[in-house]
Amino acid sequence: MTETTLARADALSAQPSPSLMQSKGMIGLLFMLPAAIFLLAFLTYPLGLGVWLGFTDTRIGRTGVFVGLENYQSLWDDSLFWLSVFNTILYTVAASVLKFALGLWLALLLNEHLPFKAFIRAIVLLPWVVPTVLSAIAFWWIYDAQFSIISWTLIKLGVIQTPINFLGDTTNARITVILTNVWRGIPFVAITLLAGLQTISPSLHEAATLDGATSWQRFRFITLPMLSPLIAVVMTFSVLFTFTDFQLIYVLTRGGPLNATHLMATLSFQRAIPGGQLAEGAAIAIAMVPFLLAAILFSYFGLQRRRWQQGGTDE
Amino acid sequence: MTSTVKPLGHTVADESVGMSYLNQAPRRLVTIYLPLLVFVFVLLFPFYWMTITALKPNHELTNFSDFNPLWPDSPTLQHIRYLLFETSYPSWLLNTMLVSIGSTIISLVASILAAYAIERVRFAGSRWTGLAIFLAYLVPPSILFIPLAVLIFKFGIYDTKLALIFTYPTFLIPFCTWLLMGYFRSIPYELEECALVDGASRWQILTRIMLPLSIPGLISAGIFAFTLSWNEFIYALTFIQSSENKTVPVGVLTELVRGDVYEWGALMAGALLGSLPVVLLYSFFVDYYVSSMTGAVKE
Repeated sequence: MTETTLARADALSAQPSPSLMQSKGMIGLLFMLPAAIFLLAFLTYPLGLGVWLGFTDTRIGRTGVFVGLENYQSLWDDSLFWLSVFNTILYTVAASVLKFALGLWLALLLNEHLPFKAFIRAIVLLPWVVPTVLSAIAFWWIYDAQFSIISWTLIKLGVIQTPINFLGDTTNARITVILTNVWRGIPFVAITLLAGLQTISPSLHEAATLDGATSWQRFRFITLPMLSPLIAVVMTFSVLFTFTDFQLIYVLTRGGPLNATHLMATLSFQRAIPGGQLAEGAAIAIAMVPFLLAAILFSYFGLQRRRWQQGGTDE
Repeated sequence: MTSTVKPLGHTVADESVGMSYLNQAPRRLVTIYLPLLVFVFVLLFPFYWMTITALKPNHELTNFSDFNPLWPDSPTLQHIRYLLFETSYPSWLLNTMLVSIGSTIISLVASILAAYAIERVRFAGSRWTGLAIFLAYLVPPSILFIPLAVLIFKFGIYDTKLALIFTYPTFLIPFCTWLLMGYFRSIPYELEECALVDGASRWQILTRIMLPLSIPGLISAGIFAFTLSWNEFIYALTFIQSSENKTVPVGVLTELVRGDVYEWGALMAGALLGSLPVVLLYSFFVDYYVSSMTGAVKE
């Protein structure tokens, strides 16, 4: 019974009746229209406009004229721009590595047999749900130069003598913003990887244990290869969001102290909106695109290649 | 030789799952519960601190020697009262709500139609359209905000809620479409074919068959879109000038911080109240939220 139904369904989907075919293009176009209008008007067109603005000398309140590569030439000689490039790369690499390591660890912990598992999973995701700006404001207070609760605790415990200057010192500020970004990113990595972990069949681990594999070997040769396609996607997203981060820096340091935490996105905003140099800001934003493409290609293909390990051919 | 090998202790009735019998309780405590406790503590402490600070009266805020900093000595609602009656906070809340609901509805409608067209109508080039939608999702707002600001100004909707309602769909539509495409794919073709044979139009199929069957997907996409718009910052910061049109994240950051005097109590109360709506929504629909987050990544 079921077989005949399936066969008939197959035949049907293979060659739908001609009346369906007639207006496919028209129906498709009509249905795509609302999304297409929005995306073309507010995404594709601005993207092109951004590229164009980068080649002009537009300021707020003044339409610019084409000036060729002038903006990019001045950026090339701009040490602050290169500092922001360095900061962005440092921020992205350090935060992504930490997010991945800690996120994977948390995912493995949550994959264990635990009491109140659903509840723990729900509260762990909170840092990702709460608006970044609002949690960053809470961190701003936690990192206060005089009344930081972290400093207070450490002084009480006798670890340090004077309060830590979290955001006033260049090295401290860099570490602080990176760790805060990690705090916000861990739940996303952990919960998505957890979804992947739950699809790995326990029988694989049982079989490996019978063959005498240690828990590290099981992690290295079963969990990691099975998870790597998902890791590739999750980390691509994570790198993308970290590289273009704006909110956290804008709240915590506004790029200071001594521009040590200025990212390309915050520099672009600072030059374009308060500074009024729309063209220069656009040029900085466009300068992010090659880095982004490289990051996406690297993390995507670099990790995707391991997909063959999923094939199940034991060696 | 082999006969001397005795079965290990785990042959006794064991209700634990899989191979967890291999871990003894003390070891589990150190390798699992302790790290987990540290994770949960670190991830949640800022929210605790936010709440506690919002409830402390001003003289307790910075006086760590006379009062226990970890608990309000005489809790007060003065900061929340100040926010609600002496600042524009209520109108920021209302703005954020309107903008989030407006952009979510627009995005959902556009995404349902687009996802259905790509996944089921299968017009020429639907595969490429699907790919383009995915690529659109990867375009970050920090690249778009400058040209968008120019565009918004030209359209004459600068400093209005419309500016946000129209620009938020740029990141919501790609996400929702991608998510709904996955949902539509899981609905059997046969249902649609039966309806087609019975003479239903595409529109009827979509509204009478596909949508009722994909309600979980719609809830997921809707909640996620709402949260994303509630959290949005850079567009709201750039496109809105006047205090009464600001959203909560922008308003709290730009209006409650005056010069060098940080009113931490009011700031924390603002952050707390601004987080509550999304947290409440999230707590009611945790599973939908998680499934939309993982679903969008898994494809």
